[in-house]
Amino acid sequence: MSALLEARGISKRFGGLEALTAVTLDINRGEIYGLIGPNGAGKTTFFNVLTGFYRTDRGEFMLGGVRLEVKAPHQIAAAGIARTFQNIRLFGNMTALENVMVGRHVRTRAGIIGAVLRTSRASAEERSIHERSYALLSFVGLADRQHELAHNLPYGDQRRLEIARALATEPKLLALDEPAAGMNATETAALRNLLERIRADGTTILLIEHDVKLVMGLCDRVAVLDYGKKIAEGAPAQVKRDPAVIEAYLGGVLA
Amino acid sequence: MNRQALTRLKQHPATLGVGFLLVAAALVALPFALATVGTTWVRITNLAILFMLLALGLNIVVGFAGLLDLGYIAFYGVGAYVYALLASPQFNLHLPFWAILPMGALVACLFGVLLGAPTLKLRGDYLAIVTLGFGEIVRIFFNNLSQPVNITNGPQGISRIDPFRLGDFDFSRGETLLGLNFSGPVKYYYLLLLILIVVIAINLRLENSRIGRAWQAIREDEVAAGAMGINTTRLKLLAFAMGASFGGVAGGIFAAIQGFISPESFVLVESIMVLSMVVLGGMGNIWGVLLGALLLSFVPEILRHTVDPLQRSLFGKLIIEPEVIRMLLFGLALMLMMLFRPAGLWPSKVRKRELAEE
Repeated sequence: MSALLEARGISKRFGGLEALTAVTLDINRGEIYGLIGPNGAGKTTFFNVLTGFYRTDRGEFMLGGVRLEVKAPHQIAAAGIARTFQNIRLFGNMTALENVMVGRHVRTRAGIIGAVLRTSRASAEERSIHERSYALLSFVGLADRQHELAHNLPYGDQRRLEIARALATEPKLLALDEPAAGMNATETAALRNLLERIRADGTTILLIEHDVKLVMGLCDRVAVLDYGKKIAEGAPAQVKRDPAVIEAYLGGVLA
Repeated sequence: MNRQALTRLKQHPATLGVGFLLVAAALVALPFALATVGTTWVRITNLAILFMLLALGLNIVVGFAGLLDLGYIAFYGVGAYVYALLASPQFNLHLPFWAILPMGALVACLFGVLLGAPTLKLRGDYLAIVTLGFGEIVRIFFNNLSQPVNITNGPQGISRIDPFRLGDFDFSRGETLLGLNFSGPVKYYYLLLLILIVVIAINLRLENSRIGRAWQAIREDEVAAGAMGINTTRLKLLAFAMGASFGGVAGGIFAAIQGFISPESFVLVESIMVLSMVVLGGMGNIWGVLLGALLLSFVPEILRHTVDPLQRSLFGKLIIEPEVIRMLLFGLALMLMMLFRPAGLWPSKVRKRELAEE
């Protein structure tokens, strides 16, 4: 296995707060990589650096050998990292299908002229956008809700729609920010099944999650952040027993 | 209900066809019907169509992409001045209209990019203020570019602007064809109608395209749109440029029809008027925007032609100026709209949903 994403010494400071300190990690092709840690450990900051929302102060990261730390979010999406948001950010007043169709934007080309003249190329592209988007909706199990407005969908469906939209950009790395947050047990089980199917299709996944059970059951490898530093990394079972991790999570009460 | 009616119609293509023919026939016959009341009304209709073009252009910026532009009339002005300078005795240039109109669109488009490039990082109110300033600056330039070199002829404006001519066919001259009197305004009416149909078609197609969806996505959530790989700056600039081009074309036609333009035609109130048309009719919905433009162009004229005679016959003199009544009614209408139909008279599905659920 080779590394798809390599992050080297990523540091990010907000005023006096060192949110990330020299975080280095590799994510291998085809794995589900979990990033966990207590609240405020820097998980989301790391995530925002990786997707171009924050600039790193120091350090660099590469996707398939291409350096991305200086790129804007839309360029990073084009390079192959797609994300979801912790507090769902769908296009609320567009239908489920339209949301996924927007995800196809970055992989399609039709411009003003094509749209206005309805050239055969633009029409064919539009059809393929439609088909592909519908297929992705089916994949996440929302085909029968394609014409519903995104903000009318139940919470769990919105989460899955966000994943479908992200998949529409054909990512090499799918980065999910707490996809199971607020889900009940049934929804979480369905999500787990969905993520396994996505991995089976060859997409690498970076997962930030609070649901430790989900992370431990699903991830191939896990890294633990605490106060902006990586304190452990490895197979879930091994990380779970790591004294530093127990210390970070339980604050040494039991130690 | 509405949707049901539409599906029923779609099941009867014959009904739809007949309806379409009836509308087409009415539009063709309209100028002659109006001419029997007075040629003025044909002129008023032409201006109304010009405002529809403007409103459709602004709708791309405000309705589709969600960017508030309060200086839109500047692009109309740029188009008008480009036409006036290239087809009038001002520089003794008399280029044909089919060459100038695209130039006007292009120059207006450039101005749109010029305004948009540095300002599109701003959002909401801030963008509105900058565009407002831009509109005023352009107008002041028209006003003052009479010295040291006289380009725009200052506040006096430019007069004796060429009408549209195609060989011997002059759009401003009346002629009789098949026993029907085609006056100048009637000829312009048909030309404008044609342009309007083309512009509507462009708008409809843009709305349901990759670009249109990207605009909607930016309007809904700019951050998420960026994360999905949409180059938001570029697409917002595109919306600005498109809107500006439509404004430029409308301006060129305006200059030709009027034969005279001055900076006074491009004041802030006009920007606000066009924006009101978009908002009143229903932001984002092409048909609503057309309705808004139609109402706001015609109602004042109808008032002008009824209020004055009515008062004279009732009181023997004019008590309230039609202009005052117009503004009173306008204010009242906007207030009632905000209270009862905040999404516009004929809202887009999206806006209706947005407001219904908030």
